[in-house]
Amino acid sequence: MGFDPSYSVRKFKSVGTRPIRLDGVDKVTGRARYGADFNMPGQLVGRILRSPHAHARIRRIDTSKAEALKGVKTVITAADLPDLTNGNTGMYEILDNCMARKKALYDGHAVAAVAAVDARTAREALELIEVDHEVLPHVTDVDEAMKASAPLLHETMFTDGVDPKPTKPSNIAKRSQYGHGDVEAGFKDADAVVERSFKTEQTHQGYIEPHACVASVNPDGTCELWVCTQGHFVYRQQCAELLGLDVSKLRVTSSEIGGGFGGKTHIWAEPVALALSRKAGRPVKLVMSREEVFRASGPTSATSIDVKIGAKKDGTITAASATLRYSCGPYSGMWAELGAMTSFACYNLKNVKTVGYEVLVNRPKTAAYRAPSAPMAAFAVESVIDELAQKIGMNSLELRIKNAAKEGCKSSYGPVYGPIGIGPALEAAQKHPHMKAPLGRNQGRGMACGFWFNFGGQTCTDLNVGADGTVTLTVGTVDVGGSRAALALVAAEELGIPYAQVQTVVADTGSLGYNDMTDGSRGTFSSSMATISASRNAIAVMRERAARMWDIPLDDVVWEDGQARAKGEKHGNLAPLSVKDIAAAAAKTGGPIAGHSELVADGAGVSFATHICDVEVDPETGATKVLRYTVLQDAGKAVHPTYVEGQYQGGAAQGIGWALNEEYVYGEDGRLQNPGFLDYRVPVCSDLPMIDTQILEIPNPNHPYGVRGVGETSIVPPLAAIANAVSNAVGVRMTHIPMSPPRILAALEAERPR
Amino acid sequence: MSGIAISTTINGDDVEFLCQPEETLLDVLRDHLGLTGSKEGCSTGDCGACSVIVDGRLVCSCLVLGAEAGGRRIETVEGMATGDKLHPLQEKFLEHGALQCGFCTPGFLMAAKSLLARNPDPTEEEIRFGLAGNLCRCTGYDKIVRAVRDAASVMRGA
Amino acid sequence: MVEVTLWGSLGAATGGRQKLEVEAKDIRELFRKLAEQYPGLGPFIERGIAVSIDGVIYRDTWSKELPKGAEIFLLPRLAGG
Repeated sequence: MGFDPSYSVRKFKSVGTRPIRLDGVDKVTGRARYGADFNMPGQLVGRILRSPHAHARIRRIDTSKAEALKGVKTVITAADLPDLTNGNTGMYEILDNCMARKKALYDGHAVAAVAAVDARTAREALELIEVDHEVLPHVTDVDEAMKASAPLLHETMFTDGVDPKPTKPSNIAKRSQYGHGDVEAGFKDADAVVERSFKTEQTHQGYIEPHACVASVNPDGTCELWVCTQGHFVYRQQCAELLGLDVSKLRVTSSEIGGGFGGKTHIWAEPVALALSRKAGRPVKLVMSREEVFRASGPTSATSIDVKIGAKKDGTITAASATLRYSCGPYSGMWAELGAMTSFACYNLKNVKTVGYEVLVNRPKTAAYRAPSAPMAAFAVESVIDELAQKIGMNSLELRIKNAAKEGCKSSYGPVYGPIGIGPALEAAQKHPHMKAPLGRNQGRGMACGFWFNFGGQTCTDLNVGADGTVTLTVGTVDVGGSRAALALVAAEELGIPYAQVQTVVADTGSLGYNDMTDGSRGTFSSSMATISASRNAIAVMRERAARMWDIPLDDVVWEDGQARAKGEKHGNLAPLSVKDIAAAAAKTGGPIAGHSELVADGAGVSFATHICDVEVDPETGATKVLRYTVLQDAGKAVHPTYVEGQYQGGAAQGIGWALNEEYVYGEDGRLQNPGFLDYRVPVCSDLPMIDTQILEIPNPNHPYGVRGVGETSIVPPLAAIANAVSNAVGVRMTHIPMSPPRILAALEAERPR
Repeated sequence: MSGIAISTTINGDDVEFLCQPEETLLDVLRDHLGLTGSKEGCSTGDCGACSVIVDGRLVCSCLVLGAEAGGRRIETVEGMATGDKLHPLQEKFLEHGALQCGFCTPGFLMAAKSLLARNPDPTEEEIRFGLAGNLCRCTGYDKIVRAVRDAASVMRGA
Repeated sequence: MVEVTLWGSLGAATGGRQKLEVEAKDIRELFRKLAEQYPGLGPFIERGIAVSIDGVIYRDTWSKELPKGAEIFLLPRLAGG
């Protein structure tokens, strides 16, 4: 293939500028079409019946009355989704989550579905389905679920990763361990040790667009699926597997997506819509309500974390350990493991040990939420770092700088680091004017560091040059936040043409090879790499065409500033050929001009951020106001700085909501009490100040322009930064997230002298 | 055939439709009239993604019944631009990058239009509280506030 | 011959050995040899393992060569959001 992804220094003309995004006008005029904005002729309305019990055996489902209702075209249960998973546990669990097969494992678990001629009939049909439940005892708290006396979700769950394997089943799916050195010896060496326990409640990604799709299964086995997703190729693969369809016969079109943050990387209702359509013989539109989104999509883990860190008087950390308990819902995941990996990733440690426990609870299946598992671990670790700094009388920023990870040091999850940005981010924070802003009464400042991996993955791109010289860039990574503009800038940069001459399109699954989903901060990183490769291939073709048009050797043709030039004195009278000139002659010089790229953008770097936050806490109400917020993060190279800033600000805002207000509230009955935006309180415009951002650029050696992924890291520090700020403001260490007014008041009350 | 017959005005055009008693104005706009610019985010009036302006007043269309629309003057995001000329708010949202996924954008544009009609020179705080009925999960609101401030200045001819 | 370090829970499948010496020129050969020598590792390889070579993480590139003397670390295949 000959594509070299390594970084080389260059001066940019297009990359780094801030043009208007190509898909922008559609979005501000209401023309852009999202998941629920599409309709097919003859479509039916699909609705799902959900368990009102947190844990129950399903003895019998009687759908006859629903089927008899006029206007109902079909009703399905798990019986209509036969198990084709062939021993693949992961796929079986996805199938079971889409529609319960033996037990309802959480309040909201799907048990049946209908497709009817209109919404009213569908609603009435749901009420006519009779489900005979045998209610079982449930457990929703992560610590309660680990106790020997806890009700079991699966009788055959024996903890993985424990040697010898346990003989008794439990709700602990897996134990994982990371670290190096000798923490016992390290703690003995320390002059000061801080040990604390923390809890964080479950939160949801909170995308404003509910899951929505239109599914159509035709009698000849071809199917179409229009859906809002972060990965239409992944959805196609998984839906085809679960329904026994040929992958090539299922065409999935990604609509515009109204937010995902990891929650739309999993299938929830899509196999159900396809199964309904298959049985009814008509297209089915299935849209989840907001309540269903909260109850039955994929929130993040609730956690319980113990952290212990020891240091010498001069601030050198001698040992650090953490035990992390993460809830995963009714099926195992890797959430605790990710927490165990990322906990101490910001630091250069000689002795470190982290242990993670993956815990089953009767709550919806945990899904990825922007840098999954890292924010909670960072909250616990960065809080203890602050307390340790206070204990030895050292400035907490200096303590972080002293122990910061750097190139060549061994990470806490194993491998040695290459060039990384934590040091520069901390130094930039030290110099930032935010640090000098004055603080008044009841006000406090906090800071924190955050780390996240970045991914590469399979990426396909087509670059086609039109007869008029304009360029269409076709990609397969879903655009969640403006990446189409960034990719057009990259194509413009490589080709040497104006941004306005490039149009970026996100294609359906029938038009390109496999593309991994837009997660892991990989969207711009990997698609830009494929775009550069495709551009260079197109340039090679255009040079050949120019050589043919001039009838000179290919070696005498160079590409400069968007034009083919004949080099050498003997060709001095040949005027350069632009893309437009070459394209106009394409039919005669060999046909349509294109560049393609299929690659695995691997070896993506890691990303670090530092956040600084000032808050004011009202000691009478416990309400917290965020006064000032600054994000400093390494982007490698910001292709479109406005949208990089946007990622920093968006992640920070989600973290602020998580730190101060957002939580899933479960009742004694195991039912979710607040499945709506009124009581699941995300930040509104009046809750936040302007969010200051500073983009650092330490080039990623594994990308031609040095680009690093940026989408996720900015949600990692806020929980800790705000917890430190609040703790400093009220003089009491906060250990339970969210720090809602009742929790702050309770903490103040507990510390009040009697 | 059941259904309530309604005559109303939407974005300056006379419109007639039939709706069921339980259908909301949002349902009517999206499912009967093909105006999918207004979005359903929660259907309980908490997110503002369905915001439209009825007789000059900003409302959540998921909390208004289709049957209540008779004889009223309704404005949606589809009516903001004039031909191929964008409204200053639309232009400034694009310039400032005040949208990422864009799902909440129609609702915000309506809310901002309504705010500036009442208060053409708002402070940052007034903008923030004026838009507090609309949720955005992507942007953290920073660039939205800047865009509204900038648009207000253009609209004042400043 | 390369030296490979396995993360904690993989140790149970290799009789407690965290560091292994394997004769392999690329990632595909490494997985094949590991699965042959330690059948307990099979399920982990199926579920997905990422390979870190000198600090750079590779998730999907079986053809990636393993340079002599490189630091090789096996990690779970990571998920993002």
